[in-house]
Amino acid sequence: MADAASNRPSLALHVPEPKSRPGDPVDFTEVHVPDAGAQPRPDEAAKPEEMRDLAYTLVRVLGDDDQAHGPWDPKLDPETLRTMLGHMAMVRAFDERMFRGQRQGKTSFYMKCTGEEATSVAASMALASDDMVFPSYRQQGILIARGYPLIEMINQIYSNAGDKLKGRQLPIMYSSREHSFFSISGNLATQTPQAVGWAMASAIKGDSRIAATWVGEGSTAEGDFHSACTFASVYNAPVILNVINNQWAISSFSGFAGAERTTFAARALGYGIAGLRVDGNDALACFAAQQWAANRARANQGPTLIEYFTYRAEGHSTSDDPSGYRSAQEREEWPLGDPIMRLKKHLIAIGEWDEERQQAMDLACAEEVKKTTKEAEKNGILGHGLHHPFHTMFEDVFEELPWHLQEQAKQATREREIKWPDQHPKDFAGEGAGK
Amino acid sequence: MSDTVEKNTKDTSMVNGRRMNMIEAINDALDIMLERDPDVIVMGEDVGYFGGVFRCTAGLQEKHGKTRVFDTPISECGIIGVAVGMGAYGLRPVPEIQFADYIYPGLDQLISEAARLRYRSAAEYIAPLTVRSPFGGGIFGGQTHSQSPESIFTHVSGLKTVIPATPYDAKGLLISCIEDNDPVIFFEPKRIYNGPFSGFYDKPVEPWKKHAASEVPEGYYKIPLGKARTVQEGEALTVLAYGTMVHVAEAVAKEKGVDAEILDLRTLVPLDIEAIEASVKKTGRCLIVHEATRTSGFGAELSALVTERCFYHLEAPVERVTGFDTPYPHSLEWAYFPGPVRIGEAMDKILKD
Repeated sequence: MADAASNRPSLALHVPEPKSRPGDPVDFTEVHVPDAGAQPRPDEAAKPEEMRDLAYTLVRVLGDDDQAHGPWDPKLDPETLRTMLGHMAMVRAFDERMFRGQRQGKTSFYMKCTGEEATSVAASMALASDDMVFPSYRQQGILIARGYPLIEMINQIYSNAGDKLKGRQLPIMYSSREHSFFSISGNLATQTPQAVGWAMASAIKGDSRIAATWVGEGSTAEGDFHSACTFASVYNAPVILNVINNQWAISSFSGFAGAERTTFAARALGYGIAGLRVDGNDALACFAAQQWAANRARANQGPTLIEYFTYRAEGHSTSDDPSGYRSAQEREEWPLGDPIMRLKKHLIAIGEWDEERQQAMDLACAEEVKKTTKEAEKNGILGHGLHHPFHTMFEDVFEELPWHLQEQAKQATREREIKWPDQHPKDFAGEGAGK
Repeated sequence: MSDTVEKNTKDTSMVNGRRMNMIEAINDALDIMLERDPDVIVMGEDVGYFGGVFRCTAGLQEKHGKTRVFDTPISECGIIGVAVGMGAYGLRPVPEIQFADYIYPGLDQLISEAARLRYRSAAEYIAPLTVRSPFGGGIFGGQTHSQSPESIFTHVSGLKTVIPATPYDAKGLLISCIEDNDPVIFFEPKRIYNGPFSGFYDKPVEPWKKHAASEVPEGYYKIPLGKARTVQEGEALTVLAYGTMVHVAEAVAKEKGVDAEILDLRTLVPLDIEAIEASVKKTGRCLIVHEATRTSGFGAELSALVTERCFYHLEAPVERVTGFDTPYPHSLEWAYFPGPVRIGEAMDKILKD
């Protein structure tokens, strides 16, 4: 309790507050945007302390003139750049359609990654297809860049009879072993020590594959992230820890994860890990940083923590309305622009693209998503009966069904027969689907 | 195979085996599995060079190398988390948590990740971990070296919970756990690492070498998960117990001259419900004994199952003898511990009707 007799100064608790709230003018003056190309590219075997400054600046390649600059320019051929742009455009088209699908009641939930497409698409394109990724829920770009069929994504979102995960998981919690894409969990940051463990396993076996994980800046406050960094450092694990700093964790601005005092990349230094801070809306910088870190990991030079400085342009999820906690102007005035626009302008600037082709591509993406959505709807939408058989609810809890789950499975089947007495199990919608 | 071996141990003469305490039996199981399966990894705080604070991993790093058996940072969340990642890669990690009392920082990784990975990925990824951890009281361990948190894990869908009560079982069950493709919590009753404990704390403790179950066969053998062991047959009442309490219940029944049928459950999930039902239907009376606190302890589940399945065979209410609903005390250890007085009183009560 406060001691009135004391002459010591009173302590004061600091509670962070964002620069602007709904209706306020936006102030991004504290966001320092260095010139593209001005950041040195250290040797991939550099000691973390030798590249300290890179944790406090922004690695940038694409300048205001839409040209690529400096030592971080990955010098990708135009075809690869167009592929990258195409994947990012597809992610955006997919997000638009799925968001609408949720509003139409076809599914319960969706999360867009608008404005952050480069941090998953461009970054993952710098990895080998069999490098293992441990994503959070906002890296759908990795699946699209790795060629995961859109219909599988939509089936999962609809929890329908075609859903590979048998309707067990909340929409967007994808999993694809075939694409070296780890099962997404709702529990934040748990994937970060898992990625480190996978990388340690790869090293134990003398393999050449590496692991990469993605986590939001808000989730870096979880204890798991600290464990991940510690283990990655201790065992020199071949892992890349990607932190997507999109400024917001639902309604909490990045100050509640510690951004008022330092950068997220700077945390790497305390662990003795290489730290890079990257313009997350610059697809070339995202690619280059991931490639640098991948080369470092592959050469047994250890882990890298990369902070992607970006902006979550939309609400947190379909259950969130950002107008309740932040200024709508933020998105308009975000100083790093839009990742798709910037890559598009770059391709145009180097004479490898034009507005007509862009329009045609956007249209083609929208058409393909629309067509695939219709295809997926044949397998059902959420709550319309086309789901997996009741018995599948009890499978895969363990490798084999123990007696108590066998008993409970019989109970569920009995309840179905009471509820729908006229339907033979074989006629029952969805029964046998997915088998 | 395990049946044959089981018969052998009932012999007082040793056949192809040697006397081991529980620590040596666990060490032997880990050694065998490290040898047999190049994907088995043993790790945890102090388990590597030093060989573990209870010596369970002594000599393993020297024999199998430091990429197979290694020390970890003091981070239970990290230990379990990296083990889940190793499992996803295809390894078979056997992480150690130094005391069950310190497993809580790893709970999110166990409950939200390891236990659900197979289910949520429709078996694309599995978590074949065996988390070893010393548990239980009776050693003046106070609040944070005595706990029995098994019911936290038995309540989680997707986890198996295994507790041995003898060196023979410890080795055979641990090998089964390591080979099992589901995540297993393997709780080692540290009170009986060196010898079975009767609960009569003022009497000298016998070392394992005088006990028949300390005869441990050489080499590889398994004891199936989900199968209880009949410690002794009896007609008067059924005692359901596991870990240290198996030996305490046995000693009390002997001292009181009660013709008890004692089941060592060995695996709590999946439970050997058939053995429980058969025994209780035979005796008509059931006593459940565990060290863990009473409310919502595993005894409550056992009591409910016995009542649901054996109600018309019961001649007395099912009784539970457990630790009290307090944190584990230091100086009042023997007042807390569910020892001979508490068990004896419960037996009298059940047999009175």
